[in-house]
Amino acid sequence: MNLQVLAQVNSFLAALVLLTAFAMLSQRKINSLVTLFAWQGLFLSINTAVVGFVASKHHLYISSLLTLSIKVILLPYILHVLVVRLKIRKEVETIVNIPTTMLIGIALVIFSYHLTAPVREMSTLITRSTLAVALATVMIGLLMMITRKHAVTQIIGFLAMENGLFFAATSATYGMPLVVELGVALDVLIAAFIFGIFFFHISTTFDSLSVEQMESLREDN
Amino acid sequence: MISPIELSIIPVVAFIIPVVFVVVIGNDRQRLIRMSFSVSALASFISVVAGAMAVAGHSVEQVVLPLGLPTLPFHLRLDQLSGFFIFVVGLLSFFVSVYSVGYVSGLGAGKPVKRLIVFYNIFIAAMLMVCLADDALCFLVAWEVMAASSYFLVMFEDGRSENRRAAYLYMVMAHIGAVLILLSFGVMAGVTTGFEDFSCYTFDAMRAAKFPLKWATVAFLLSFFGFAAKAGVIPFHVWLPEAHPVAPSNVSALMSGVMLKTAIYGIVRITFDIIKVFPWWWGTMVLVLGLVSAVMGVLYALMQHDLKKLLAYHSVENIGIILIGIGLSMIFTSFHLPVMAALALIAGLYHTMNHAMFKGLLFMGAGAVLHATHERNMDEMGGLIHLMPWTSAFFLVGCISISALPPFNGFVSEWLTFQAFLLSPSLPIPMMKLLIPLGAALLALTGALAAACFVKVFGVIFLGNWRGHSQHVVTEAGWSMRAGMSLASLACLCLGVLPAIVINWMDAISESLLNARLVTTSGVYGWMWLTPVDPERASYSGPLVLIGIVAVCAVTYVLLHVKPGNISRVPVWDCGFKKLTPKMQYNAVSFSMPFRRIFGFLFDIKEQIRLTPQRQHPAFPENSQYYLRVRDRFWGWLYRPVIDRVVLLSRKAGMLQHGRIHVYLIYSFVTIIVLLALL
Repeated sequence: MNLQVLAQVNSFLAALVLLTAFAMLSQRKINSLVTLFAWQGLFLSINTAVVGFVASKHHLYISSLLTLSIKVILLPYILHVLVVRLKIRKEVETIVNIPTTMLIGIALVIFSYHLTAPVREMSTLITRSTLAVALATVMIGLLMMITRKHAVTQIIGFLAMENGLFFAATSATYGMPLVVELGVALDVLIAAFIFGIFFFHISTTFDSLSVEQMESLREDN
Repeated sequence: MISPIELSIIPVVAFIIPVVFVVVIGNDRQRLIRMSFSVSALASFISVVAGAMAVAGHSVEQVVLPLGLPTLPFHLRLDQLSGFFIFVVGLLSFFVSVYSVGYVSGLGAGKPVKRLIVFYNIFIAAMLMVCLADDALCFLVAWEVMAASSYFLVMFEDGRSENRRAAYLYMVMAHIGAVLILLSFGVMAGVTTGFEDFSCYTFDAMRAAKFPLKWATVAFLLSFFGFAAKAGVIPFHVWLPEAHPVAPSNVSALMSGVMLKTAIYGIVRITFDIIKVFPWWWGTMVLVLGLVSAVMGVLYALMQHDLKKLLAYHSVENIGIILIGIGLSMIFTSFHLPVMAALALIAGLYHTMNHAMFKGLLFMGAGAVLHATHERNMDEMGGLIHLMPWTSAFFLVGCISISALPPFNGFVSEWLTFQAFLLSPSLPIPMMKLLIPLGAALLALTGALAAACFVKVFGVIFLGNWRGHSQHVVTEAGWSMRAGMSLASLACLCLGVLPAIVINWMDAISESLLNARLVTTSGVYGWMWLTPVDPERASYSGPLVLIGIVAVCAVTYVLLHVKPGNISRVPVWDCGFKKLTPKMQYNAVSFSMPFRRIFGFLFDIKEQIRLTPQRQHPAFPENSQYYLRVRDRFWGWLYRPVIDRVVLLSRKAGMLQHGRIHVYLIYSFVTIIVLLALL
C-alpha cells in the first residue's frame, strides 16, 4: 500500500472519530452512548495500528491492542454494568438543548482547524491533518461534560476527552513512549473503577446521580 | 573537653525527653509533671552554661547537621550573640521550669497537662534552635516550630471562644511576620549571590556578600517588620494583650520574657551581622518605633485592670526600650562611632536580659496570684500581702525592677540607654540633634509612667483590703513556685548590683559585631563601678547603692522598732463617716483616672454613669453604676479596615464558587479556549 492511501485511511478514521463524537453529543439514550463510546475506541485503535504501520513504530501495535481491550471492551462493559446496577433508564438530561450543543460543537471544530493551521503547514507527518480532529474531539468531550446533568454521561465525556488526547498524541508525534501509554491506560482503568465506586455512594446519598444535587454540599456564606 | 556548641545542642535534644515521658508515664500525673519539668530545668541549665561559655570564649563555632535538604543541610553556629540569647532563654526557662512543677500540678484536674508538657518543651527547644541556626532554612523551620508550639500553648484552654480567638489572632500575626522574614531571606540570598545553588541561603554566604543599598533596604525593611510582628512593636502589638492573658502563666512568662526576644535577636543578627553597612535613617526608624512602642505601651498598660493584659502591654513598652538602644546603636554605627554604638547595643541587650528576668518574674507572680485567687481582674483583689507574703515580696522585686529603680536591674539598662542618649549631641545631623533630646524625654516619661503603673498594680493587688465578691480561701504559693520566683528575684538583684561584671562579660558581643569594646571599669575596684564612657561623665556603683538602701532601711527599722511604743495599730480613720467598706478603696480604674484625663485622646474611651432613679423623684437616685470601657485605638484605625476589606474581597471571590460542577467545568473550558485563541 502506498503512503497516499494510508494517509487517506487515516483521514477517514479521523472523520469517523469526529462523527462518533458528534453522535455522542446528540445521543439521548445512555445505553447507546456507551455503545458509541465503544465505537469511538474501536476507530481509535484501528487508527493507531495504521499509524504504527505507516511510521513502522511497532510499539504502537501494543498500544492499539491496549486501546482495543480497555476502551472497546473493558470500559464499555464497566459502564454497562454501572448503568444496569444503578437502574438508570431515564434519557440523558441536558442543560443546553441538543441542537444548540451541536452548533457549539461545529464552532469548536472550526476553531480547532483554525488553531492547527500553522501546525499543518510546518509538519511533515502524514497524520498532520488529523490533529485538528483530535483537538476538536477533546473539546467536544469537555462540552459534553458541561452540558450533561447526569454523572455517568459526564464520565463518558471525560473518557471521550481522553480518547481525543490519545488521538492527538498518535497523530501529532506518532504516539507517546510506550511506558507513558501504559501508564495512561492504567490510569484510565483505575479512574473508571473509582468513578464507579463513587457513583454508588453518590446515588445512595442523594438518591440521584444528577450532579446538580451536589450543589447542596456548598458552604453557605 | 566538650565544646560550647556541642553543649548547646545537648539541651535541644534533651527537651525531647519530657515528650517521651508523656508517652511512657502518661497516667501518673504528679510523677509526670515532676519528672518532665525537672528534665526541662536541667536542660535549660545546660544551655545557660553553654551560652555563658560561648560569650566568654571569644570563639565562633560551626556545625553542619546531617538534617534538612540534601543540598542545604542545617547549619548551626554559636557566636557571642547567639550565646548571649541562648543564655537568656536558658536562664528564664530554668526558673520557669522550676516554677512550673508547682504551677502545673495546681492546675485543675480537667486541664490538658500532657499537651502543655509536650508543647512547652518543644517551644523552648525551638527558641534555642532559632538562636543557633545559621542558614535561612534552619532558622525558618525553628521559627515556625516556635510559633506553632506557642500557638498550641495559647490554645491551652480551648473551650472558651475568646482563647480560640486570641490564638487565631496570634497565629495570623506570627504568619504575616514569618512571610516577611522569608521574603527578606529570599531577597538577600537572591540579590547577592544569585540562585545558583542552595548554599546562598546560609548566613555565611549572606555575610560575605556586598549588598547594593536598594536591595539591602528592601531586605532590612522586610525582616524588620517581620520581626516586629513577633516582638509586638506598635502597631503590630494587638496579639500580645490577647494571647498572653489566656495562656497558662508559665507559658506567658516564657512568651513575654524570651520569645519576644528571639525577634530582637533576629533584628540584631540581620542588621549588625549580615547587612553590616546601612544608612542612618534605618536606625532612626527603629528608634522612633521604639519610642512610640515604649510610650504607647506603658499608657495602654496603665488603663488595664486585667493583671496579665497589663503585663502584656508592658512587654510592648519594654520591647520599645530595647529597640531604642538598638536604634541608637544603628545610628552610631552608620556614623562610624563604634564605641558609642557598642554602648547603645549593650544597653539594648542588657535590657533584653533584664526584661526577660523581671517580666518572667512578674508573670510567675501573676500566675501565683491568679492561681490563689482565681481572679484576673485586679479590682477584685486586695490585701494579698498578708495572705501571700512571699509572693508579694517577689512581686515587689519585679515591680521595682520594671519601674527602673535601683538597686535592681531595670535601672542599670535604662541608665545605660540614657547614657547613650546623652552622648548623641556628637552626631553630625541637625535633625538628630532635635530628635535625641525628645527621645530621652520620652524615655524618662516611660519610666515614670511605668513606675506609676506598678504602684497601681502592687497597691491594688497586695495592699488594702479584699475588694472581691468571691470568698475564695487564698493560700501562699507552693515551694516550687516560690523557688522559681526567688531565683528570678535573685537574678534581678545580681544584674542590678553587679552590672560591671556582667557588662565585661557581654563586651564580647559588641566586640564581635562592632569591633569595639566598652571601657566599663576603671581602677582597682573595677567590679564595683560601672563607668560606660568616662569616669568623669557618669558612673554607677550597684553595690554602694545597695549598701546605702539597706543601711537606710535598717536604720529606719531600728528607729521605729527599738522602742516598743513607737508603733501602734488603730482602726483606719473614717473621716467621720461610719460605714467604711472595701469598695471605698482606690482601685485600678480610679488610680489611673488622671492618666485617662491627660492622655485620653490616645484611647477609645467609653465612660458612662447610670443612675437608677428612685420611685418618688428622679432627683434622688437610688443606685448609681459606673461603666468604663477603654479600647486600643489601633484596632479601629488599622486592623478593622484591613479585616473589612479582606472579608469584602473574599465575599466577592466567593461568588465564583457556585458549587455546581458544570460551572467549574465551564471555567476551565473557557480558560482553555481563551488561552488557545491567544497563544
